[in-house]
Amino acid sequence: MSEKVTALRDELILKLNEATDAASVDALRVEYLGKNGSITGLLKGMKDLSIEEKKDFGQKVNVLKEEAGKLIADKIEEIKKLEVEAEINSMPEFDISTPANLSRGSYHPITLVQRQCEKVFKSMGFNVEDYSEVVTDYECFEALNIPKHHPARDMQDTYYLENGQLLKSHTSAAQNAIYKKYKDALINEGKPIKAIFPGRCFRNEATDACHENTFFQMEGVMVDKNISISNLIFFMKTMLSEVFQKDIKVRLRPGFFPFVEPGFELDISCLICGGDGCPSCKHSGWLELCPCGMIHPEVLKAGGIDPEEYTGFAFGLGLTRLAMMKYGVKDIRDLNSGSLKALGQFTDDE
Amino acid sequence: MFLSMNWISDFVDFTGLDKLKLISQFSLSTAEVENEIFFKGSDIDGIVVAEIKEVNDHPDSKKLHLLKVDAGNGELTDVVCGAPNVRVGMKTAFAPVGARIGEITIAPRPLAGFTSYGMCCSEKEIGISDNNDGIMDITDDLANGTLIKDAYEVDDIIFEVDNKSLTNRPDLWGHYGIAREFAAIAGRELKPIDSVDLTKYNNLPAIDMKIEDPLCQRYSCLQVENITKNVSPVNMRIRLFYCGMRSINLLADLTNYLMLEMGQPMHAFDSRKVEKLRIKRFAAPFVFRTLDGVDRNCDENTLMICNDNTPVAIAGIMGGLDSEIVEDTTRLTLESATFDAVSIRKSTVRLAHRTDASQRYEKCLDPCLTVPAIARFVKLLTDIDNGVEVVSSLTDEIAYSYPTRNLTFDKKFVDRYTGIEISNDTIVKTLRALGFEVALENDTFNVTVPSWRATKDVTMKADIIEEITRIYGYDNFEINTAAVPLYPVRAAEEKTMEEKIKDILVKRFSLHELHSYVWAYYDEYKELGIEVEDNIKLVNATNPNIETIRKSIVPTQLCQVKANTGYAPSFGVFEVGRVINGLKEDGLCKEEKKLCITLFDKTKSVEEVYIYLRDILAVITDDLRHATLTFEKAEATHSYEHPRNLNAIYLNGVKLGTMGIVHPVIGKKIDKKAAIVFAEIDVTAFSGEKNNSIKYVEPSKYPEMEIDVTFVSDKYAPIGKAIENANCPLIKSVKLLDTYQDDAGKSITVRILFSHGERTLTKDEVMEVVDSIIATLESQGIPMKK
Repeated sequence: MSEKVTALRDELILKLNEATDAASVDALRVEYLGKNGSITGLLKGMKDLSIEEKKDFGQKVNVLKEEAGKLIADKIEEIKKLEVEAEINSMPEFDISTPANLSRGSYHPITLVQRQCEKVFKSMGFNVEDYSEVVTDYECFEALNIPKHHPARDMQDTYYLENGQLLKSHTSAAQNAIYKKYKDALINEGKPIKAIFPGRCFRNEATDACHENTFFQMEGVMVDKNISISNLIFFMKTMLSEVFQKDIKVRLRPGFFPFVEPGFELDISCLICGGDGCPSCKHSGWLELCPCGMIHPEVLKAGGIDPEEYTGFAFGLGLTRLAMMKYGVKDIRDLNSGSLKALGQFTDDE
Repeated sequence: MFLSMNWISDFVDFTGLDKLKLISQFSLSTAEVENEIFFKGSDIDGIVVAEIKEVNDHPDSKKLHLLKVDAGNGELTDVVCGAPNVRVGMKTAFAPVGARIGEITIAPRPLAGFTSYGMCCSEKEIGISDNNDGIMDITDDLANGTLIKDAYEVDDIIFEVDNKSLTNRPDLWGHYGIAREFAAIAGRELKPIDSVDLTKYNNLPAIDMKIEDPLCQRYSCLQVENITKNVSPVNMRIRLFYCGMRSINLLADLTNYLMLEMGQPMHAFDSRKVEKLRIKRFAAPFVFRTLDGVDRNCDENTLMICNDNTPVAIAGIMGGLDSEIVEDTTRLTLESATFDAVSIRKSTVRLAHRTDASQRYEKCLDPCLTVPAIARFVKLLTDIDNGVEVVSSLTDEIAYSYPTRNLTFDKKFVDRYTGIEISNDTIVKTLRALGFEVALENDTFNVTVPSWRATKDVTMKADIIEEITRIYGYDNFEINTAAVPLYPVRAAEEKTMEEKIKDILVKRFSLHELHSYVWAYYDEYKELGIEVEDNIKLVNATNPNIETIRKSIVPTQLCQVKANTGYAPSFGVFEVGRVINGLKEDGLCKEEKKLCITLFDKTKSVEEVYIYLRDILAVITDDLRHATLTFEKAEATHSYEHPRNLNAIYLNGVKLGTMGIVHPVIGKKIDKKAAIVFAEIDVTAFSGEKNNSIKYVEPSKYPEMEIDVTFVSDKYAPIGKAIENANCPLIKSVKLLDTYQDDAGKSITVRILFSHGERTLTKDEVMEVVDSIIATLESQGIPMKK
């Protein structure tokens, strides 16, 4: 009888070896271990045996049953492994060396530079203000200590509108309104005026690679009891170093603007050569960047602020120029061209 | 303006100082110096004075002469020379063998069969004038062999200051004023100007002169006679030439020299033509011929210098042709005057004629300068021409004087403005160097502004700060952050909104931000067939094409889209920009800030693109306002709008703007196949609407139920309305699953999600709601599709 056990075992192993998929293994499980399976069937032929023999044979069959169960389980495991391997191997290695499809949008470069400047000033507690493009003669000139017939009005060829208003020729046109908006908080609550106001400006001039009739500036003012020239230089240097992400050297030269006294032209060390002199700075090592100065007492007065008690600085940064410098835009007209080939390149830049 | 360091050195001793360094300090302390500095005389070396001893004709050439010149080396040198003005006894500039002119070093040179051992030079060749007609004719008594550079001021450093940076400084329009700045910067003394004492002529007869118009602030004049010299000294001519002026004759040169030295324009009349000097305006316009021979239209605003009633010069701008110094002039009348700056500026603009004189007058010249200028003129003239006689007393009328400016401030004021410590001593020294009178008592400064700074430039304390700090040097400033109280800063809502909108459009929808002009471009509109709508106009646009201000960004953006059709098969652009919508009641412009979006797509149906645009707007609203937009069909009123597909956009019942499909005629002009849709909303109105806060709903732990229903309907709106009106708290969301068209018409499938936070739903309660919705719609003629 025990030969039958051995034979059945050998037969199962042989058949398992031949099986290649989970279904045929499962069929073998039924064939050998099922209710009517051949191993189960061995026990049925035990009735003729003696008690001793029954005991011995029964044990052998049970051992086989256990072993067969394990062999089948192992086989199933093995087949599953092969199937996973086959699935893995059936997938090709994909080519991701192709150019990426970015389908991205773009910001106008002025927006990017404006945001960078705003970020620096916001971090130092400045308000960011918005202002209209059409302003009055008072806002643009009178309130800025530029009376009628002042040569400064010639210098800025202003676009006038039929109703006597004008397209603002500089962001300084917002100064008066800003002072009036914040003067009460300054005077009554001691809150210093710290504001920047980016905006679009207009000059009635012919356009070429370096001149535009429509461009952006960012004005900044700070007014409190003890604001000094020393502070002005600090804020300008800090802001420019943050925007350009490197230590920028600045220098001031006297400059004449009716709404500041003293007034300055601010130069920065050339971004290309770092100050050694190169063609882009005309070998001077410096680039003229932005007019600034201590707010003229008459301008403070027009804004309802007593110049005997308060001082302040103001600056007018050319955002358009800054954007051109930062991104190497050579023709200013590209900025208003609406050309996506040119402007589609400016993704987020913070 | 070109400036000569030699000239400046007449008034300041720079011994031991680096002149180039001083120039760059001048640039930082006073006015910007242009980058290019000219080293005059550096081109030549070894040129000497030589006398022509013999002139022989060249045997084969009519032009060439064979010279023997004495260059002071004890022998005669053979020179072949082609200049027409050679003569025996003439002294000239001679470049002997070994001398250098530019790149050329002189060597013996065979010339037409003879060897030339050097070269006689023209003034142009040695760089001291543009005269190249012949070789230099030296009339001064100079020993042969004297180096030209020793004899004359050929070596000089010339720098240029942009006139624009001197607009506020009338005192810097002459070398003396510039020298004062250099003296202050260098910490050296400023020497007084050498001049004659005019009081010695007080007994001579006065000139018949009268100011009859307040636009003339001061008029000073003097008559001189017996001028015999006609050519200016070489050094004077060199200075004029280096500073950009041509030498004309002694008198003209002297007036120019005076102007470049003291900043005071002067004019010389033939005294016969100005027997009765009157300064006035005329009631009626007339034509006046200036000395450049041009007829100019003068009017009732043009101040004139007259001989009684005959105009002889346009005040402050240019003299007349008829009163010019001529061959037989024996006596001349020198004018040194000051005129109202604004009047001169306006006349200059009106006449479109700007001169060196008018440029200076426009800057508000110091009236105290007229007499010293005459005194200096007489000094220079008599030094050059000993026979000159002054034949009148100084005749001087002052019609207007600027008030003396006294300013008082204390040390604390300076400290507060500068933010650094500048000592009292430095302040006093600086101001005195610049000509201010200063008295200091217990930290209080009493300052008198010098007349040349008091015409408009220095009028208040803050102006003094500039004087102190610029000479102190901004490079020497210690820089400090400000010590100010801290308060929270709240960002302006509209500005924040604008930036967030940009982020959504760029980052989520891949749109491109563009900028455009605020005016309508006639040409571009015309090309697309877009009408330029009447609106407020620019009055002084140099380009008539851009006269009218735009009312909407849409037309501009359509033009931009047209220019970009080749960029990609589909793209979208946007701009946050301004438009003007006529005038407000107070007459001021109604300026509005708009967001304009245009989508261009050749890959999708126009319906899909239009719906996509709607979704973009919905996302912005949902994200930034947590609210839902509603739309209503609108009547097309603009040439670019599609009459059937234009919708007004509402948020909380407030109209924000419109969205639409471009009119097919215009659309086809942009691109024959593309779907083009646009939207424009008011950013101010949008950000003015309340931002609903997020309402958190705890996710239900019980199973939800989704019911899909299909209705036969053209529009979704009634279905949405019916579901909304069911007003059932169990309905959590409604989604559009599908729309399709078949024989029954258009079908719309919606999926309604039911949920209860605290229990499991029963089929019955859900179906009751669904049935009521179906019944409502059926009663409106919208059947459910089975």
